[in-house]
Amino acid sequence: MAYTIVGKSVPRVDAVAKVTGKAKYTDDFFERDMLVGKVLRSPYAHALVKHIDTTKAKELPGVKAVLTYHDVPQIRFATAGHPFNLDPSHQDKADRLILTDKARFVGDAVAAVVAMDELIAEEALRLIEVEYEELEALLTPEAAMKEGAPLIHEDCPHNILSDRGFWMGNLEEAFLAADTMVEGEYETSMVQHCHLENHISYAYVDAHDRIVIVTSTQIPHIVRRIVGQALGIPWGRVRVIKPYVGGGFGAKQDACLEPLTAAMTLAVGGQPVKLNYSREECMIDTRRRHDFKFKMKSALTKDGKILGMHIQAISNTGAYASHGHSIAGAGGSKFRYLYAIPAIKYEPKTVYTNLPVAGAMRGYGSPQMVYALECHIEDIAKKLNLDPIEIRQKNLIEIGHVDPLSQNKIMSSGIRECIDKGKALIRWEAKKEGYRQQMGDKRRGLGMAAFSYASGTHPVGLEIAGARIVLNQDGSVQLQIGATEIGQGSDTVFAQMVAEVLGLPMDRVHVVSEQDTDLTPFDTGAYASRQTYISGMAVKKAAEEIKAKILDFTWGMTDIPAHALDLKGQNVVYKHSGEVVIPLEDVALSTYYDTVFAQPITSDVSNNARVNAVPYGVTFAEVEVDLKTGKIEILEIYNVHDSGTIVNPLMAEGQVHGGVSMGIGYALSEQLLFDPKTGKPLNNNLLDYKLPTIMDTPEIGVAFVETHEPTGSFGVKSLGEPPALSPAPAIRNAVLDATGVAFNQLPMNPQRVFEKLKQAGLI
Amino acid sequence: MRKKIAMTVNGKVESFEVDVRDSLLEVLRNTLGYTGVKKGCGVGECGACSVLIDGVPIDSCIYLAVWADGKTILTIEGVAQDGELSPVQQAFVDKGAVQCGFCTPGLVLTTTALAESGQEYTKDELKRELSGHFCRCTGYQNIFKAAEKAIETCRHDGSCGNHHPADHHHDQEKQEGSE
Repeated sequence: MAYTIVGKSVPRVDAVAKVTGKAKYTDDFFERDMLVGKVLRSPYAHALVKHIDTTKAKELPGVKAVLTYHDVPQIRFATAGHPFNLDPSHQDKADRLILTDKARFVGDAVAAVVAMDELIAEEALRLIEVEYEELEALLTPEAAMKEGAPLIHEDCPHNILSDRGFWMGNLEEAFLAADTMVEGEYETSMVQHCHLENHISYAYVDAHDRIVIVTSTQIPHIVRRIVGQALGIPWGRVRVIKPYVGGGFGAKQDACLEPLTAAMTLAVGGQPVKLNYSREECMIDTRRRHDFKFKMKSALTKDGKILGMHIQAISNTGAYASHGHSIAGAGGSKFRYLYAIPAIKYEPKTVYTNLPVAGAMRGYGSPQMVYALECHIEDIAKKLNLDPIEIRQKNLIEIGHVDPLSQNKIMSSGIRECIDKGKALIRWEAKKEGYRQQMGDKRRGLGMAAFSYASGTHPVGLEIAGARIVLNQDGSVQLQIGATEIGQGSDTVFAQMVAEVLGLPMDRVHVVSEQDTDLTPFDTGAYASRQTYISGMAVKKAAEEIKAKILDFTWGMTDIPAHALDLKGQNVVYKHSGEVVIPLEDVALSTYYDTVFAQPITSDVSNNARVNAVPYGVTFAEVEVDLKTGKIEILEIYNVHDSGTIVNPLMAEGQVHGGVSMGIGYALSEQLLFDPKTGKPLNNNLLDYKLPTIMDTPEIGVAFVETHEPTGSFGVKSLGEPPALSPAPAIRNAVLDATGVAFNQLPMNPQRVFEKLKQAGLI
Repeated sequence: MRKKIAMTVNGKVESFEVDVRDSLLEVLRNTLGYTGVKKGCGVGECGACSVLIDGVPIDSCIYLAVWADGKTILTIEGVAQDGELSPVQQAFVDKGAVQCGFCTPGLVLTTTALAESGQEYTKDELKRELSGHFCRCTGYQNIFKAAEKAIETCRHDGSCGNHHPADHHHDQEKQEGSE
């Protein structure tokens, strides 16, 4: 379908603000007499707080308040950034207090100080005397689940937060009918989002006794509810403002700081208090990615058709639930749209441990699952001596497939074309041929991996989105959305959609980038790759309503029926010929000032999307493994995506670049490390945590296979998270191809690669 | 202990008292209001707080304000002149090098220093020059393209915008960089 602005690489609407330093982030706002908040953290992984003496800290000049467990509401609340669920059995696990009387990881918040400045606050922290009673630290899921282990949360036997899985088809029959069985075990690591802007928020009580929180969040409307719950106050008493956000990747899809920030301002009579986490704090006391261990067992015919798959997964959720219970579930659902596997049994266990809290992170369980699945498929191909691409092609799901559990129907799929394109881009056949007989210390190999994902959370979660448009006096419009721009480019994409519907150039669509729960329409926020698809529906609906109202008003002005009219190039035109009827500017001015008919035009819509579209894609990678050092170099890497219509190719490519880069870090270098005895963090900073630099990042090739998704506005499907899903298994499969050694544990850093190659006798 | 210092920031002479423990980052942000200077780690790991001191990119979070006494500072707010983006800023916009924007000011400034040096860089050299900056959004791809384009544009035009860098410092201090 031909569009005018949708599909064009227009510049980001916030690019100029961001290259000139005008874009304001949370830390860039100043309130008079702003105080500083600081957190006292437990040095023990698991310990009861027996006694806290805050006397000396309170006496320090410049200290305004010291808070402990005794000073915060005794209300357990859930932090996960999900829409509220009216069904109590589906609500998030409420296992947190704002400050705890039982430390559950090294870094858990046991007390907090509000002071005049940072130095005083830090000194005050040192003056708080805490008496702990140490408990056994449970630092692995296995230790946590063993008989007789102490309970991290009293109401969860064996420290298992959730073990809800699923089964579909008849796995026993599939196992009986199989020609071959293939088993495998795969393990992923703990990684952290490393968004450049650390978590930060500040709060004050305004003149109407309302708590105003300015915060770096992906989910302002949800934060409002969570703060209301945590403090036990009416939710409407809380106002949340989200300015520009310096990246989130899921870590800000969680109310990490806001309840405490609100409690801090209440403790000082409503004076503004800023809570600004350091990088070191951010890396242990916000969120991280769940590390998973998988056991896979598949039933196959001899020609590689998958009859059934048994997947057991253990997910380490750390000290508090956050999103843990739903991440194992999501990981188990979104891969089902890739291969037609008649029987699947999925048995996940999400386990509490005394480690930092795992939560949402780009891909939400799927990077783990796609890694295991695509390693496993590769292992199957190797065992059956089949071509790894052919075996995938043989099992792919076709358009029209309805998932028996979610009832989501595949209405568009470009996965076959993605595979073909990736294969051509990397010159698969020719290189495979060339790498057959390799000797020497450097070995090259090719690998690929595929994925399916989702656009939003339907039918598991509610998918509500809101948009508001006002036709201004000059014929421009302003757009307000509840959906949040966190760097991914949603503001620009929405503006393009509005411009498309209303026949306006981009500079006549003014996006209000800031979200303010008092002012912006309700939308649950940036997560689950939902905004372009889900919020895009609301935006298009709002624009169409504005358009209908403009044409109706013009009818009144011109006697030309609305159905004969259209909008184009800032004019109302005849639909059939494009002939200009009247400039939009004139219509707009009349809507405000016509002495008889004036009625300014607005739209304010909400959309409850009860659909889900499945995006697809692949990674193709070529690596060179240095046997002597264990270093893996990526020579070429391509991601090819079917995300439906691409609204803005340049930004879409950027989104893929970032996801692939994150996937490369996941594959090769990143992992949070903890002392295995004490649970103390060892590398919670950007020096020791090996985040890829520009020098570690190869050129990343990007291509799209554009399909038209019938359920998406303008044919869109999701793109936010998908790029991060398949790089790690593709690289692993390339390393397997190069060396014959299967690396079933992430990351494949030089130390680990070297040791394993040595074990395998290659060196 | 407080000390009176003076520096030129974005072409404007500023004279004020600082706590001798203050970093340049803190003074630029909190005293002078240049909030385009971003703090991503506070310990010189991420590059978000880079500013040009006498034309050289420096992590302002680990540079004491008192060391800046008598020096010329360029922050992101001083790069565009009279509402016109510099060639570096324009390249960042055109090449899609901006996402969340938090690393952007530092990268624009480092690239400005490279572009103003008049030197040519191989791809590897350019990567090394930019490697003091972390970015989690872009995989560095479009940042690299923007830097390449900006450097080329400035070489071609013989200048890189119309602000007032301390050009004479480049040759001898360039190699120090921020890495």
